[in-house]
Amino acid sequence: MNKKKEWSKKLLYVVLITYAVITLVPFVWALSSSFKTFAEISSGVMSFIPNEFTFENYRQIFIEEELFFRWLLNSVAIAGGGTALNLIFNSMAGYALARISFPGKKIWFMLILAVIMIPVQVTMIPNYLILKELGWLNSYQGMIVPAMINATFIFMMRQFFINFPKELEEAASLDGLGRFGMFIRVVLPLAKPALAAQAIFVFMGFWNDFMRPLIIMTDAEMYTLTVGLNSFKGQYVTYWNYIMAASMVFTLPVLVIYMFFNKFFMKGMSFTADK
Amino acid sequence: MERAETSSTSKVKERKKKQRNNKRLLRDIIQGYGFMLPTILVLLTFILGPVLYAVFLSFFDVTLLGGTVLDFTGVDNYLRLMDDARAQRALLNTGLYVGIVVPVQTFLALFLAATLNAGLKGEKIFRIIYFLPTLTSSAVLTLIFMWMYNQNGLINNMLETVNLPTYNWIGDPNIALYSIMIMNIWATAPLFMVIYLAALQGVPKNLYEAAELDGANVIQRFWYITVPQLRPITSFVVIMGLIGTFQLFDQSYIFSGGSGGPSNSTLTVVLLIYQYAFKSLGTMGYATAIAFMLALIILVASILQRVLSKEEQFN
Repeated sequence: MNKKKEWSKKLLYVVLITYAVITLVPFVWALSSSFKTFAEISSGVMSFIPNEFTFENYRQIFIEEELFFRWLLNSVAIAGGGTALNLIFNSMAGYALARISFPGKKIWFMLILAVIMIPVQVTMIPNYLILKELGWLNSYQGMIVPAMINATFIFMMRQFFINFPKELEEAASLDGLGRFGMFIRVVLPLAKPALAAQAIFVFMGFWNDFMRPLIIMTDAEMYTLTVGLNSFKGQYVTYWNYIMAASMVFTLPVLVIYMFFNKFFMKGMSFTADK
Repeated sequence: MERAETSSTSKVKERKKKQRNNKRLLRDIIQGYGFMLPTILVLLTFILGPVLYAVFLSFFDVTLLGGTVLDFTGVDNYLRLMDDARAQRALLNTGLYVGIVVPVQTFLALFLAATLNAGLKGEKIFRIIYFLPTLTSSAVLTLIFMWMYNQNGLINNMLETVNLPTYNWIGDPNIALYSIMIMNIWATAPLFMVIYLAALQGVPKNLYEAAELDGANVIQRFWYITVPQLRPITSFVVIMGLIGTFQLFDQSYIFSGGSGGPSNSTLTVVLLIYQYAFKSLGTMGYATAIAFMLALIILVASILQRVLSKEEQFN
């Protein structure tokens, strides 16, 4: 019996390690390609360790490609600004739906639930026309404002605030804090775990978005990194060393954020799965 | 005398109470709508308004030349789908993609979660490694895979060393869509694995112990305990999978440089909507009509999934 257990344990490890290798190979391959020379890339020799280790590709994309840094900046501004606004506005709406009784609350709540079901493709075309009317194409606000709230996370915050102890707020209102002051000073700090999980998902949503910037940003200067990378591919058809270096620069910020928030991340996952 | 006095004071009290209630109601309205204001503005301007606008647009030919020119065509846009060969091809590709990717990724996620949950050492490290694809953007992943799928790239080289046939992963119309499927199963399964892992914590341990005493082996325990216990989560994962796969866009756009080629083999419904809306003139209304059809298909598929999984539960 014990021997059989040992054996099955080994088998499980084999499965896990095999899948880990399958997951890692593309990343390791991309990383190693980003340090290879063009000569090695095009020679067809397959080696995970660069023959001649070089930083040239990174130098090329940052210094020779003036626009690359601009794209990085655009992505940071849009993802950063969009995430900050989402955190505030989603929490405010979630709080109102959970805590304040005002006429029409039920209707708004139903509408927010219904909106979760609408695929973006339906609103994408009219939104383009609206942004065009507003003169917001090729602008940060064109990317941020239509996405500065998120129905899914409003719903999540509402669920969070419903289970939130009322006593704290009552104590705070005795101290003479107004509703908004109390929300900022008492409620939000206590909602940190929910906010952290939300922050990562919203940031990733903005950072990795491809379709919206592809439609909204038509000037090369206003591209975000995803769209910029795609245009790189057209420009450097066979220069995979540059493309991989750019891909690595693009992936790093999300990895860093993930490392920082790992704990909250897993919590957030179980939160969304709790349906 | 006394009685009259008390009744008048109670009236005063009542009035005061009413006033206070009115005041509170007013305060709640101001606060409630104050807190909701940004949400309501965005909801009306960029979601609900556009949905109505989209309904309207889908009955018109839309031409963007400086201003927007509308030309009423009735239900033509919806009828046009019937004899648009590219639209049918896009629908077929998308259907095939959904039909293969959703079951495979769901099963793979469940399998990996059950394996990881066996209580082995180093579980955390595996979790972190497995989660990498979820964190990486679809644009980056597609580029990395295109580099590996290259004619004389890594994958063909590996296949060659073990004497397996090599393929033209990107350029062969019979293969390209499957290349995207492999990539996306690899990229999405870990996300659902994490969801399953969270749910597995809630499966009572004594069920497994009892089954083990009864002599059930690992595979039997997986089929008769893990799978049925996780059915509600599976339902959630399948619906999320359906919604995601029906909307495939980034990967096929980057793979084909926006064309959906080679010979329409990677053309998806959303890519077609994009092309009709932004790459060809006068077909914006038609694109909106296709978008509605897609929304309808997703809705029906989700409902169907719900109904089927419920029926299974009762059997």
